[in-house]
Amino acid sequence: MNSILDLILRLDCWLLLAPLLPGIINKVKAWVAGRRGPPVLQLYYDLARLWKKGVVMSTLASPAFVVLPAVTWVAVLGAAMLLPLGPLGAGLSFRGDALLLLYLLALGRFCTAWAAMETGSAFEGMGTVREVSYAVLAEAAMIAAVLSLSVQSGSISLAAMLAPAMGASAALLAAGLFIVLLAENCRVPFDDPATHLELTMIHEVMVLDHSGPPLAVILHGAAMKLLLFTVLLVQAVLPMAHLKPLLAAAVLAGGVLAVTVAVGLVESLLARFAFRRVPLLLTTAFLLCLFALLVAWKGGLP
Amino acid sequence: MIDSNLNVLIGLAMGLNLLALGTSRLPALIRAMSVQGVILGVMPLLMEHQLDWRVLLVAVATICGKGLLIPGLLRRAMRTVQIDRELEPLIGFVPSLLLGAAGTIAALALTHLLPLLPEHAGSLLVPGALATVLTGFILLIGRTKAISQVCGYLILENGIYLFGLLLIKAMPLLVEAGVLLDLTVGVFILGIIVDRIQRAFDSLDTRKLTALHE
Repeated sequence: MNSILDLILRLDCWLLLAPLLPGIINKVKAWVAGRRGPPVLQLYYDLARLWKKGVVMSTLASPAFVVLPAVTWVAVLGAAMLLPLGPLGAGLSFRGDALLLLYLLALGRFCTAWAAMETGSAFEGMGTVREVSYAVLAEAAMIAAVLSLSVQSGSISLAAMLAPAMGASAALLAAGLFIVLLAENCRVPFDDPATHLELTMIHEVMVLDHSGPPLAVILHGAAMKLLLFTVLLVQAVLPMAHLKPLLAAAVLAGGVLAVTVAVGLVESLLARFAFRRVPLLLTTAFLLCLFALLVAWKGGLP
Repeated sequence: MIDSNLNVLIGLAMGLNLLALGTSRLPALIRAMSVQGVILGVMPLLMEHQLDWRVLLVAVATICGKGLLIPGLLRRAMRTVQIDRELEPLIGFVPSLLLGAAGTIAALALTHLLPLLPEHAGSLLVPGALATVLTGFILLIGRTKAISQVCGYLILENGIYLFGLLLIKAMPLLVEAGVLLDLTVGVFILGIIVDRIQRAFDSLDTRKLTALHE
């Protein structure tokens, strides 16, 4: 009974809190620009509105067009279940779950890309190419980050990996993971979620032909992915193993809020990068994570 | 404690190496080089346990020379020839970053194979020096503008200076001062040469120097 309650609480945490993050980011952007901005709960309204609408299907698309967004959503939710939530611990924890987390995120991306190409639109194909080619570099950085966490803690289980303090390499890892967060969630230096211009779109292109409930699922999945990366970043950098449960929960929530506000500030203060400069930034993220790995491995002194 | 502070500084210098490799703007390259010079200048102060006036003099001379004078000369050369500030690399920014990172990692991993004195075994001085020298080589080979090649040469010299810190007790002050003076004069002359190249070819692209003109 207790474990069911725990599971429900955890699901509530991920499902209900996730759409809050894009709202906070938009609010920060509005504040910096001196506007009032949309309400923080805007994404909840959008999701409810989309859920009531019907689905428009292209005559070319197979049923996979509707199924794949759901698969993506389930993959991201599964990855979220593996991630420990501060004092709550992970919903599911076993040896090597860090690898499963990486593969679930990759599966989610694969399904989004496939669904984008279902309608046979060249435009969506272009967005898919961009997304996947950035992902090659972003995933390298992500793998290096997970490796450095694993070397630091001597474990390949997420719960054990995220508990101890990172030590000297925390700053390197934080910078690297933050860039990966921006890239993976298509935030500003890589992609502008606010525009609908052909030249600048990546993620938005891929979901252009979706409508109704599948689009709602995609939007909710994207918000959940943002929350997942934020929680991962906060837990990787801040040591929370020795804090009291309530304090740890407060630290985690504060950290997530701080990262979200930082994303909003980056979005307000930076322009989107030209496409040819994006690989350089992602390579930088990869190198930051690689050097974090090096510091973790050598323990500060060679 | 002193040793770990020194290692943090060397780590910073290694980070600046990668910054110099990854940047696409000439002013940023010069800034990275001058900050590295200042960091290098602070190092002798940390290595000595009691402050000696000669060490202090070397430190001040290095900080002024590498951190202010040489970058100032380069900036002046850049202003007088009015070149555009974008670098045009022969080796692209991503490959040169990856090369530099691979070199840094190799330097860290292979240093313990060298026959070092036991008191230098825990220090990052030797890997830092190797990585910086390699960065200088990559900049010299991979950039086409004359000024960016000068920057590569100066970063190469920074690496050699790092090596020299191993011998700080054995090397007389006079040698140190002579090296700094040579370097400053060298950069001064290079500034004039850059100006000449600009007048003769209307560009600072060193690839044009390989073709014969009437």
